[in-house]
Amino acid sequence: MEYFLSEQQKTIRSLARKIAEERILPVRAELDEKEEFPWAIIRDLAASDMFRVFIPEEYDGLGGGCLDLCLVVEELSRVCSSVAISYAAVDLGIIPLLEYGTEEQKRKYLPDVAAGKRLAAFAITEPMAGSDASAIRTTAERVKGGYLLNGTKQFITNGGEAELYTVIALTDKTRGARGASALLVEKDTPGFSFGKKERKLGIRASSTRELIFQNCFVPEENIIGREGMGFIVTMRLFDKSRPGIGAQAVGLAQGALEAATDYARERVQFGHPIFSLQAVQHMLADMVIQVEAARALVYATARTVDSGAKDVSGESAMAKVFASDMAMKVTTDAVQILGGAGYMRDYPVEKMMRDAKITQIYEGTNQILRNVIAIELRKRKGRRD
Amino acid sequence: MDIIVCLKQVPGTTQVKIDPQTNTLVRQGIKNITNPFDTYALEAAIRLKEQYGGKVTAISMGPPQADEMLREAISLGADEAILLSDRAFAGADTLATSYTLARAITKIEKYDLIICGRQTIDGDTGQVGPELAEMLSLPFVAYVSKIEEINNGQMRVQRMIEEGYEVIEAPLPAVISVVKEINVPRLPSLRGITRAKSAVIPAWGAKELDADQDRVGLAGSATRVIKIFFPQRGKRAEILQGSPQSQVASLVTKLRENGLI
Repeated sequence: MEYFLSEQQKTIRSLARKIAEERILPVRAELDEKEEFPWAIIRDLAASDMFRVFIPEEYDGLGGGCLDLCLVVEELSRVCSSVAISYAAVDLGIIPLLEYGTEEQKRKYLPDVAAGKRLAAFAITEPMAGSDASAIRTTAERVKGGYLLNGTKQFITNGGEAELYTVIALTDKTRGARGASALLVEKDTPGFSFGKKERKLGIRASSTRELIFQNCFVPEENIIGREGMGFIVTMRLFDKSRPGIGAQAVGLAQGALEAATDYARERVQFGHPIFSLQAVQHMLADMVIQVEAARALVYATARTVDSGAKDVSGESAMAKVFASDMAMKVTTDAVQILGGAGYMRDYPVEKMMRDAKITQIYEGTNQILRNVIAIELRKRKGRRD
Repeated sequence: MDIIVCLKQVPGTTQVKIDPQTNTLVRQGIKNITNPFDTYALEAAIRLKEQYGGKVTAISMGPPQADEMLREAISLGADEAILLSDRAFAGADTLATSYTLARAITKIEKYDLIICGRQTIDGDTGQVGPELAEMLSLPFVAYVSKIEEINNGQMRVQRMIEEGYEVIEAPLPAVISVVKEINVPRLPSLRGITRAKSAVIPAWGAKELDADQDRVGLAGSATRVIKIFFPQRGKRAEILQGSPQSQVASLVTKLRENGLI
């Protein structure tokens, strides 16, 4: 399929693929088994300038956009989704800064992120606030020169490993969602500690942890945008980041499709490779249709984001929902094609199936996102531009 | 610290075909790669530059398509690259190759260290490094597995030998050949690739090198390849199975049976 990528985008894609195949593939099963954060690979990604991809040139980046990020995430995820999400979560952590940060904040943090010296993370979810993000209880009380953060964030990707956290907290409890603000919090700030590291079904090499704030002082210059903008920042962030989850799902499914195709060509039953069985052929045909359709939607959405379009909530949600539901189906079918072997950890598809599940859940469950899509549909009366 | 790295583009396969007429490698239709041992040489050079400053120049004698390999070297961190390419260089053995490389290095003039891979995976001779040192009248250390330090115009390196390693000091400039144990080569960077795309890689021919026509290419080669063939697989080979103890026991029995011991 011709996606009209630029020369630069083709270079990014092929280098990301090379890193994935040469550095990640040999260790992915071990990383999954040990649930170990892939620091060696993160350093390889940094040395290859992969963290520069999504950062503007004036802050030592390469000035790429959402599509460039998606290409990297897809290639990494094709081999290991844990690495892909650890990488993508850095983008998630700094989009608020890119969109609403001051020149001073950008100068201070972005060059280090571009160089891969500091990882970033984004924190909104709490024990009592998942899909209902407005139920957050973490507070940022105004004090002289800054804010005192108190509360606990849950399920934070890159928690404990990142140096830079964008945290959503209530600066005004009386105003509900309009009382939330986004604050940049550096690791090692007094009063900021990490809770338990979660043990997960999939993406096990990625780090998912609690963030605990106990009278953690954050200087006022670390607020992103203005007080009360926390949810606007968050909505805008997810509109831009959800295609990345779509790309993660597409990469996963692509990896599973390749594994299933290879296996079907080699596995002999009844005297022939099982690829010659029409039942298997049709499964694989459906898989490749789904993968390509999702890829086309994700790329088109990423391009829409990069075009600077104002309202991309519906498009981003569609790309994430369609690609993640597709990945769940395709990875499950890949396990089916590999049969008993597919269920074993000796083959990669059971991991891919485990990894796929989270893409239907995080950055907005697919149910919540269908609400978003429906709202947009109603707003636009079903018309397209 | 100015370092020259000698690279060779080789067929990226072990299934090479031999031209029955010329007894040289058939290169058409085979994806070329940088000789794997040379990638360790390049990495060693880049690390030295990062540690001590200076410049890395990659050179290669080869057909025009070796330009692609030299660009890859730049994407990995080489500062400059020079391609030594001329029809007159074709058919060179290690002697003529070393002479050509030596001419280029003499022309580059400023260098402290020359690094080669231990051998190529196509020719497999391992002769170019030592021949080069001989022609340039420089000290040579083969099979270097670690560069301990470089100080006051001296280098201190470890070289692999059968039973462990030797530590050798030598004055610079010098030539070394490196083994794969020396490092893990890095991957290219996106900025490096961009730099490589626009890099100007000069091609020097026999004229630019002021080379003696009788010492380059086939004319300058002291050897002729008469025949290249894959060794016949022994039909009587047998692989012994079982625990090490039982394998040894059956090996001894078989050797006795055949009157070999």
